[in-house]
Amino acid sequence: MSVVDSKSRWVSVPAVHVILVVAALYSLLPLVWLVTSSTKSLGDFSTTGAFEFGDWNLWANVKALFAQENGIFWQWLLNSVLYAGGGAVLGALICAACGYAIAKTSFPGRKLLFALTLTGVLVPTTVLALPMYLLASELRVVDTFWAVFIPLLTNPFGVYLARVYADASVPDEVLEAARVDGAGQLRTFFTVALPMMRPGVVTVLLFQFIGIWNNFFLPLVLLTDPKLFPVSLGLFQWSTRQNQFPQYTPLVITGSLLAVLPLVVAFLVLNRQWRKGLAAGSVK
Amino acid sequence: MSVLAPERTPVLEERSAEPAVRTRRKDFAGLVLAIPFLVLLVGTVLVPVLYALYLSLFTERLSGLGFSGPEHVFVWLGNYVSVVADKAFHAGLGNVALFALVHIPSMLIGALVLALLLDSAVVRLRRMWSLAVFVPYAVPVVIGGLIWAYLYSPTIGPIKNLLGIDPLSDTAVLPSIANIATWQWVGYNMIIFYTALQAVPKEIVEAARADGAGGLRTAWSIKIPVIRPTIFVAVVFTVIGSLQLFTEPMVLRGFTGTVTSTWTPSMYVYEAAFVAGDNGRAAAASVLLAVICAVLSAVVMRFSTRRSSR
Repeated sequence: MSVVDSKSRWVSVPAVHVILVVAALYSLLPLVWLVTSSTKSLGDFSTTGAFEFGDWNLWANVKALFAQENGIFWQWLLNSVLYAGGGAVLGALICAACGYAIAKTSFPGRKLLFALTLTGVLVPTTVLALPMYLLASELRVVDTFWAVFIPLLTNPFGVYLARVYADASVPDEVLEAARVDGAGQLRTFFTVALPMMRPGVVTVLLFQFIGIWNNFFLPLVLLTDPKLFPVSLGLFQWSTRQNQFPQYTPLVITGSLLAVLPLVVAFLVLNRQWRKGLAAGSVK
Repeated sequence: MSVLAPERTPVLEERSAEPAVRTRRKDFAGLVLAIPFLVLLVGTVLVPVLYALYLSLFTERLSGLGFSGPEHVFVWLGNYVSVVADKAFHAGLGNVALFALVHIPSMLIGALVLALLLDSAVVRLRRMWSLAVFVPYAVPVVIGGLIWAYLYSPTIGPIKNLLGIDPLSDTAVLPSIANIATWQWVGYNMIIFYTALQAVPKEIVEAARADGAGGLRTAWSIKIPVIRPTIFVAVVFTVIGSLQLFTEPMVLRGFTGTVTSTWTPSMYVYEAAFVAGDNGRAAAASVLLAVICAVLSAVVMRFSTRRSSR
């Protein structure tokens, strides 16, 4: 490749890299700002440059953050981990089972289920929020963990992905061999097919984790008790007060940093997994 | 989401039809595996959608002197009529249309250019660049919105001084919101396009090179046409996402008065349902929004199949 390319470079190498540097700065500078700003006291914002460190108030900010409203920020972090972590693991497993069933078994109604699933991908959350709220009030589960957790398990796109992965990575011969060995369908799925689909299932899991961690509309609608908030809803609520009460600004900024940090780290660590999964679905 | 690989689907269909014959006796085991998702789909998508349709046909009215509480009245398409006639709903649709007009081309063209650059052989440290641009996707939308809201804020952020205009002013707030969304999604779509580009057969690219096509020509006439299905899918998802715009303007509302409570159709639905308490109007507006999404994605997909079968 490189021999061919070096003969026909179409843009100069420096120009290409300038574009990439600009793109990288655009993507990273807001996060750099978040890091520098979380070291500042409220007063430092007017006396220091946006990307300069303040008088190193980070620990004071973190302490204030965890002291606010009796340490509710811990609760928010924990809630987010439970909603997104629990939801992603359980949701990915449900998607894998259904995707596998659609791809590799022939239960009645499987075509209809797949068509419904594809339609489900396109239904906007906006349509679901109000009826979901009213149904939850009927069932008296508004303002409970489950009211948010259960709807976010539903991931039609994950089922679509899992179907693609099952098709691509589970050969029929292997299933046939398992059948001949006397393994039932369910056992075959858990012991034979699921391990083969693992890279794809992990991708579904990561997508769903990000999706749940990102979801804002449903928790906003279904929760009023701050003790049940995921971290983004909690920070949003604090941010609506910063106009009147500027002391919320360092709390929101430091809180945002602490909420983003684990995600970015997990993201960098799992980077290879992301690529492998995306590639398994689209390229192979 | 390039995982849609339309050209291979027929092959897979044929293959998966085969075990169907062999395992017919155990049909219901498949159903058992599918049931958890089926229950979720029915309970959290199908039933709510039908309920929304039902709600959209009714309104609450105070009867007589209002002593007996509100009454549930069937109004046919009355709620739809009042939503369609509502200036606030028009303004919301106008805002998301403008937003889409700014966001979709800038984000997708940016993502495509970056993906093509990464795919060209001249780039060093490919992984580092793609990671850097991909990172904002890991930032929750609310928090991305908050970071940018502070960056835009005239008292705290540097942007007003840098650009000399107030990014939260009446005229600038729409591109400012589009910028938040572009920042968040450009890396994701770049990865999707880059992954699709990896699948472009090397022989075709090399043949084009041998025929004297430069890199730009190869990108335009070979690589982009090959990944066109992926691009159209990305367009559909971005169109739907743009129409549902909610989180970013909601976050900015805490920082500026220029974003009204019904600034987008989704905010209109939220306002009607949870502030005004008018469930019928909220449901009608949400159904209209879903219909617009469906029609637009159908149009884009139609356009895509026509283009590729040409």
